[in-house]
Amino acid sequence: MAKHETPLLDQLESGPWPSFVSDMKQQAEVRAKNEANVEFQIPVDCVDDLLGVLELSFKHGRTHWKHGGIVGVFGYGGGVIGRYCDQPNLFPGVEHFHTMRVNQPAGKYYTSEYLRQITKLWDMRGSGMTNMHGATGDIILLGTTTPQLEEVFYELTHNMNQDLGGSGSNLRTPADCLGESRCEYSCYDTNALVHFLTNEFQDELHRPAFPYKFKFKLDGCPNCCVASIARSDMSFIGTWKDDIKIDQDAVNKYVEGDAGYPANAGAHKDRDWGPFDIQKEVIGLCPTGCMKMNGKELEIDNSNCTRCMHCINVMPRALKIGDERGCSILVGAKAPILDGAQMGSLLVPFIEVNPDNDYEAITEVIENVWDWWMEEGKNRERLGELIMRQGFQKILEVTGIEAAPQHVAYPRTNPYIFWKEDEVEGGWERDVDEYRKHHLR
Amino acid sequence: MSDLLENKEEAQKLVLEFLQKKSKAKSKFYIKDFYKLFPDDKPRMIKKVINNMVTEEILEYWSSGSTTMYGIKGAGKQSATEGED
Repeated sequence: MAKHETPLLDQLESGPWPSFVSDMKQQAEVRAKNEANVEFQIPVDCVDDLLGVLELSFKHGRTHWKHGGIVGVFGYGGGVIGRYCDQPNLFPGVEHFHTMRVNQPAGKYYTSEYLRQITKLWDMRGSGMTNMHGATGDIILLGTTTPQLEEVFYELTHNMNQDLGGSGSNLRTPADCLGESRCEYSCYDTNALVHFLTNEFQDELHRPAFPYKFKFKLDGCPNCCVASIARSDMSFIGTWKDDIKIDQDAVNKYVEGDAGYPANAGAHKDRDWGPFDIQKEVIGLCPTGCMKMNGKELEIDNSNCTRCMHCINVMPRALKIGDERGCSILVGAKAPILDGAQMGSLLVPFIEVNPDNDYEAITEVIENVWDWWMEEGKNRERLGELIMRQGFQKILEVTGIEAAPQHVAYPRTNPYIFWKEDEVEGGWERDVDEYRKHHLR
Repeated sequence: MSDLLENKEEAQKLVLEFLQKKSKAKSKFYIKDFYKLFPDDKPRMIKKVINNMVTEEILEYWSSGSTTMYGIKGAGKQSATEGED
């Protein structure tokens, strides 16, 4: 029988969707029965108490959690988030119930052996509850006590070749899409770059040094499956410089409705949308209108293509990404705490992604941006807010990137031009005598 | 790196004096609060010294989950009230 009555939570199980309440009840029961004879290192009934405190919060309409604290593992300034219940007498099982963030592997590739290992560890030293995965991308281990933190950390690092993720004023765990490992659209190897950045910036990941959080997210192509453009301070989105590759025979197979060439790779085939109409479904939807059919030939004005991916997504057997590949870097996306939510702004239209020189071009941009933000950013100010405060021109200046038309979000919004001394012939100095020849005092 | 920051003992002493002087008002500080102690140094150099002081258990981190702050180890209310001592 359940330790606490939970009528309000029970309602959440009544809808058609899977319920986290059902999952928690199941886990509470598993722990109570303990058929696997686990030597639990934190209270057996912690999940019962977690259900209890959640029910109480629903009843009171306020939280009974305090978050934050001095808990952590030795030498690390991130990866552990302190959680304490403010009703420890009612719910002793969750009096201390800290969260651990574990750095997910690039592309979230796991072996089943690894998953067994980590769940076994967490059943014994934590609540057994996980969140696969948190918004940052990490594996989230939910709920343990302070003495277990070092134990879990030791097991992860010594026996599982596994590190903690980032939290607090750190670089957060970099996250990526599957990239070239599974996807033909990927313009660079996201897994390799995310692995490199994670190793290269270990110090920034584990030892807080920033005014606030900082997130890298990597998308292999502009489909942006990771939504890096909206979810990261610095977003790396794959792109190409040359032309979209066209197989004209395949284009015509799509137009003719050949069964081997279903639109959108068959993703919408469960409903009858009528015959494929290239004009309506592809050419008419091109955001820059850079495509047209010339008889049986599809023509693309690549100089006006914005790499929206729509035509490639609809006709993947006919159109392919170009060969001269790299990525764009966008900066400043954030959630709506101050000044509202922001999407990333394009900083570098195209940059090479070159593992042979340790991604030199990319790390140079990163370090220039960090130097500026660390110097000028206020406490708890995200990069996007600093850009708003000091202007996009400033980030161009600190990164040494020349302004380009792609940097202009809205033309003709600001009539003022501020010149710098080195941009003006003769600088600010002038010959007063020469001036006075023409202008009386 | 300035001579002051390079001299580990002097740098640590300066940080501790600053924290102790402010200890009546507050016990947790942002990383930027330490920048003004070393006006001639870059933030990336300063953070190394401050983080080393945590490794040496002179300072400790306090994290809300989203932001991290620094304080003298054991100072402030949290250590005592939450049984972390």
